[in-house]
Amino acid sequence: MKELFILAVVTAFTLVTYYLVEPFAHSQMHKHVEGEGFAYKDLPALTKKGDATRGKNLVAGAGGCTGCHSIEVAGMPAPMDAVSAAQSFGVNPPDLSNAGIVFDPKFLVSLIKNPAHTLNVEHKFDPAKGKIHPMPPFYGAGGDLDQEVADMVTYLQSIAVKKEELTPTMAFQTACGRCHALHYDKWTQIGKKPAFKKKQDELAFDTQVLDYQDALKKYMGTLPPDLSMFIRSRGEHYIKTFVENPQSYLKGTAMPRVGVSAESAEKVVEHLENVGDSKRHEREEVGKYVMIYAIIFAIFAILWKREVWRDLH
Amino acid sequence: MAHFTKAKSLHDWLNQRLAVDTLRRVLSTEYWIPKNINFLWAMGMVIAVTFGLLLISGIFLLMYYQPNVDLAFDSVNYTIMQEVGYGWLWRHIHGVAASVVFLIIYIHMFTGIYYGSYKNGREMIWISGMLLFVAFSAEAFSGYMLPWGQMSYWAGMVITNLFSMGGLHMDGLVEWIRGDYVPSQAFLNRFFMLHVLLIPLAILGLIGLHFGALRIPHVNNQDGEKIDFKAESKKYLSGDKVHAKVIRFANDFISKDMMVVGIYLVFFFYLVFYHYDFAMDPVNFDPANGLKTPTHIYPEWYFLWSYEILRPFSTNLGLIAFAFAQVIFFLLPFLDRSPNAIPASRRGLFKYWFWAMLIDMIILTAMGKVPPEGLFSAIGFYAALVFIGLWIVLPFITKYEKKFKG
Repeated sequence: MKELFILAVVTAFTLVTYYLVEPFAHSQMHKHVEGEGFAYKDLPALTKKGDATRGKNLVAGAGGCTGCHSIEVAGMPAPMDAVSAAQSFGVNPPDLSNAGIVFDPKFLVSLIKNPAHTLNVEHKFDPAKGKIHPMPPFYGAGGDLDQEVADMVTYLQSIAVKKEELTPTMAFQTACGRCHALHYDKWTQIGKKPAFKKKQDELAFDTQVLDYQDALKKYMGTLPPDLSMFIRSRGEHYIKTFVENPQSYLKGTAMPRVGVSAESAEKVVEHLENVGDSKRHEREEVGKYVMIYAIIFAIFAILWKREVWRDLH
Repeated sequence: MAHFTKAKSLHDWLNQRLAVDTLRRVLSTEYWIPKNINFLWAMGMVIAVTFGLLLISGIFLLMYYQPNVDLAFDSVNYTIMQEVGYGWLWRHIHGVAASVVFLIIYIHMFTGIYYGSYKNGREMIWISGMLLFVAFSAEAFSGYMLPWGQMSYWAGMVITNLFSMGGLHMDGLVEWIRGDYVPSQAFLNRFFMLHVLLIPLAILGLIGLHFGALRIPHVNNQDGEKIDFKAESKKYLSGDKVHAKVIRFANDFISKDMMVVGIYLVFFFYLVFYHYDFAMDPVNFDPANGLKTPTHIYPEWYFLWSYEILRPFSTNLGLIAFAFAQVIFFLLPFLDRSPNAIPASRRGLFKYWFWAMLIDMIILTAMGKVPPEGLFSAIGFYAALVFIGLWIVLPFITKYEKKFKG
């Protein structure tokens, strides 16, 4: 009984210390952001039902999207290579093949009409100061603006892969991959680094990456960090709430709000787990067996002690 | 030369050459331990087992770790954590054990303080134990440099800066320790050497000294009773195990140790697999960047109390207070003037001194981590003063303590 009392005292002091040093200290050091589950409440709700056929004509025609964006699945190539695009626009405009599934539809509608506002980067792109966002707003093709935008978004949704076909890798590459490298997955801002047979080819590729990064650095103010270990250094909650609205943590940051849907955010996090914490399933599996072993060991140890001490009392 | 006869068995052969029977008797079967002990007496074995886990996991990590500023971070976080089979397991065992070993060391230390196991001949046990504490601290700090993350780099920067001795501006000494103006390749290499060779050697030697120091004064017991080990062991050997106040080291004492170790390992492996975050700071998963200071720089939890004694004062005063905190525990056997080697609960004012010291150190630990602003900074300041004050009053309150008549 006395031993149990001593154990209780030791445990209590240990837990108090743990609480103060971990949960309490971290709550004092880091701002807690709750987030709104990727609802984008500040953006207007969708009102119109779009038509994909009309949307296709707008995207490829009067909308002017394909002047800068590629749509690989629809056979529309990029007007220029990634490095030249970054040197012209600051960052390579995204391929729109899967934009309709990765990004939230409400966000896309708002984005087409007013990019700087929707992306939360008006502090950086203020027309009054002569700073214009590289993506111009769409002012309409002559008809009802809201209807036209709804049509374009519906078209993008119609060409995108189905929800269940969207892999974590695709979600990451579409949403984050043009600014952030992920070198534990060989991902660079201009795509996955292939295996080269000739050193010259590898150096040429690396040079392209460096040129791209120089343009990106100029555009963003600093090179966006490699995200390989972010699942351990930031954790899931931080990543999700940061992606939902970077301004909530870093007021004035050049990082735009990305506009991913809640499902795509899950996929992005899953990709970061696959890259930064790839052994997590093995850890849980092995953990079970080790725990069982440790418990059996403890039982035998207790029995041995009882056996030995029987003669001593 | 000794006389050797033809061996009758392998045991006999070894016995003639190594005296294995004598060794076994001296080291285990007739190494006498008091019977009146509780599970806190097993903490030494728990530390030894944890040190064993650190050593074994460290050997595996050493096979893949690269002590190079460009490769270190990825060799830990990619090669070991993701490419090498079960590399993640060794790393998590190593990281968690490094943190948990300090919890057990602190329990072990406070057990010694509570039961007065540092005086009346047990001074060398305490001093060798404190030397081990210093060696473990150096081992933990040097190990923390190796993943070369943000916290490695900046903790290395802050701690090596202490050697400029504030107002003395001994910047040359700091550069000599670092091998450069800032932590860099030379710095990483020498801390790697310290972590895998020099300090482990010192620890092994000190463990020998610590065990040896126990031999003559014997282990204390939970009532501080003076035991006649000769008479009691005779009683035991004559078969009166029930009334003998002593037990054999093996199997009597070791079986109780292993029971505690067994229960401890359940807790330990739970942490390794399901709750390892506390031992691996998230900030250290960002690669070292000398141009980007982290918002909050703090040491691992086990250094926080002494860090907080440094922090609330001006530079020079803080360093003096810090130096005081580092050496004062060594002097405990001499500052405690009472001859009573009994549990704190049966002593005079020392009873309150013990709990005040424990609580004050927990407060210092907590305040050492939170940002030093407003209320936290005030609490930290007063807790540091209380720490120093408690040590100053210790000789006085113990001097007038009544002699315990047991």
